[in-house]
Amino acid sequence: MNRDIRSKRFSGGIVLLLLFMLIGSHVMAEEVAVDPVTAAVDAAKEEMQNNLNIVWTCVAAFLVFFMQAGFAMVEAGFTRAKNAVNILMKNLMDFSIGTVAFFVIGFSLMFGANKGIIGWDGFGLVGANGDPEGWSWTFLIFQTVFAGTAATIVSGAMAGRTKFKAYICYSVFICAFIYPIFGSWAWGGLYNGGGWLENMTAPFCDFAGSTVVHSIGGWLALAGAIVLGPRLGKYGPDGKAKAIPGHNITLAALGVFILWFGWFGFNPGSTTTGNGEIGRIAVTTNLSAAAGAIVAMIVSWVVGKKPDASMSLNGALAGLVAITAPCYTVTAAGAIVIGAIAGALVYFSVIFIDNVLKVDDPVGAVSVHGVCGAFGTLSCGLFNAEKVLGIGDANGGLFYGGGFAQLGTQLAGIGAAFVWAFGLGMLMFTIIKVTVGLRADKDEEIKGLDIGEHGMEAYAGFQIFSSM
Amino acid sequence: MKLIIAYLQPHKLDDVKKALAQADVGKMSVTNSLGCGAQQGYHESYRGVEFDVNLLKKVRLEIAVNEEYVDKTVEAIISVARTGEIGDGKIFILNLEECIRIRTGEKGKEAIG
Repeated sequence: MNRDIRSKRFSGGIVLLLLFMLIGSHVMAEEVAVDPVTAAVDAAKEEMQNNLNIVWTCVAAFLVFFMQAGFAMVEAGFTRAKNAVNILMKNLMDFSIGTVAFFVIGFSLMFGANKGIIGWDGFGLVGANGDPEGWSWTFLIFQTVFAGTAATIVSGAMAGRTKFKAYICYSVFICAFIYPIFGSWAWGGLYNGGGWLENMTAPFCDFAGSTVVHSIGGWLALAGAIVLGPRLGKYGPDGKAKAIPGHNITLAALGVFILWFGWFGFNPGSTTTGNGEIGRIAVTTNLSAAAGAIVAMIVSWVVGKKPDASMSLNGALAGLVAITAPCYTVTAAGAIVIGAIAGALVYFSVIFIDNVLKVDDPVGAVSVHGVCGAFGTLSCGLFNAEKVLGIGDANGGLFYGGGFAQLGTQLAGIGAAFVWAFGLGMLMFTIIKVTVGLRADKDEEIKGLDIGEHGMEAYAGFQIFSSM
Repeated sequence: MKLIIAYLQPHKLDDVKKALAQADVGKMSVTNSLGCGAQQGYHESYRGVEFDVNLLKKVRLEIAVNEEYVDKTVEAIISVARTGEIGDGKIFILNLEECIRIRTGEKGKEAIG
């Protein structure tokens, strides 16, 4: 490459010299404008930037993949020891099955050329070859880990009582149809598609997926938990919610830190561009997570009298989920406010779902991903400050004088996501319930799904000291 | 022969072992146990839901002794396990019908040793 540029520079110099001698100095200015040296340098720069973008997007995809480990640890830690193998298997299988389903069907529905309301071509990326400058494989792996994230949210809400077989059926549906079709409405244009949400007058703003990934997962989790019913012993005869403490807060905390780390791929990676915006988005992401953790701790301390570890951990995740949509378009100060609100929101949402809706969500997946995802998406309409940040001509957010246009689109997107994911989720889980069966036997649930479903214990050789 | 069963606060176990060693009682078995009595448990809260924990963690100490050791053993336990607070624990003394050492087949007094 270097030799190539040098030889071009040499021949360019000869051409210039000849022109200077033959025609005269006033023509030289024009000649410089198409200087082959500059052209070669530009081409090299462009190739470099393209490679940098691909490398950064891949690194980000690998970070997002690691979030699977985070989800597995959070969900295992927040549930009981007797169901730990089951929850780990669900996390392993929803990603593995989801990967194949998304590769074969989902990706094309989401990003194929638009046909009506969904994309429809390029199944299994047939025809994409080994072009080193190509983008398709990088884009596929990046989108696969996002689909996997949406899929894995549901397992926590359905922990401790779901038939494993039923969960496998669900894993296929979400990554093959439910996630990609909604995704095509909001993100299809990132590749070959294009959907109605991103084509609205004020295009739907969901930079890294508060709605597309998290709310979709969260609302499916809500549907699943409703159709499934609460764990035995969760509600007393008087209907009062009882605590079923998680068996390992250490693992849960490790899981939250892993998720937080993975989010530095999730949000900054969604630029798919190797430049300074990575750092800026990392800052908004981190600030929001921190504010979420702090506020959740304060609220649990004031309302519940003690700084609750599980709530504070959920608070960090709430901040992360909320900033996922607006991470690119809000100021750092805005990110703190968004995270803080999410931190408070998640606490009251957990209490509300537990005590008022009486839906048993052992890990708070509906509150963290559904509710805070919706709030984060809404916050684009409130806090977007594109002009302040120098990335757009006008501020979209209501608080920055952007009016209601962006807010309207955000509400449409949030509503569409709820209707789509919750409605289809209710239908899907009901169909699974009447066909393969959704809920494990009572005896199996009491003994633990580890023994009943998988024939093994998570902690063989340890005495489990629990009467629950 | 008597079987002495003592329920103790877990954090007193080390002191009790030392006191028993001083009293020349060196054989015992210890298990974890859960129990409730006058202490009435405590409050925990998890994800905003409060609940009572009324089975508290205790250790259960079992010592088989010959008659002349009964008082010494009980005194040794009480000397360090008593704080005067509710929850110090209880000691039960039962008649022991027989004791057999598996290794040698010895019975009774010799087997307890």
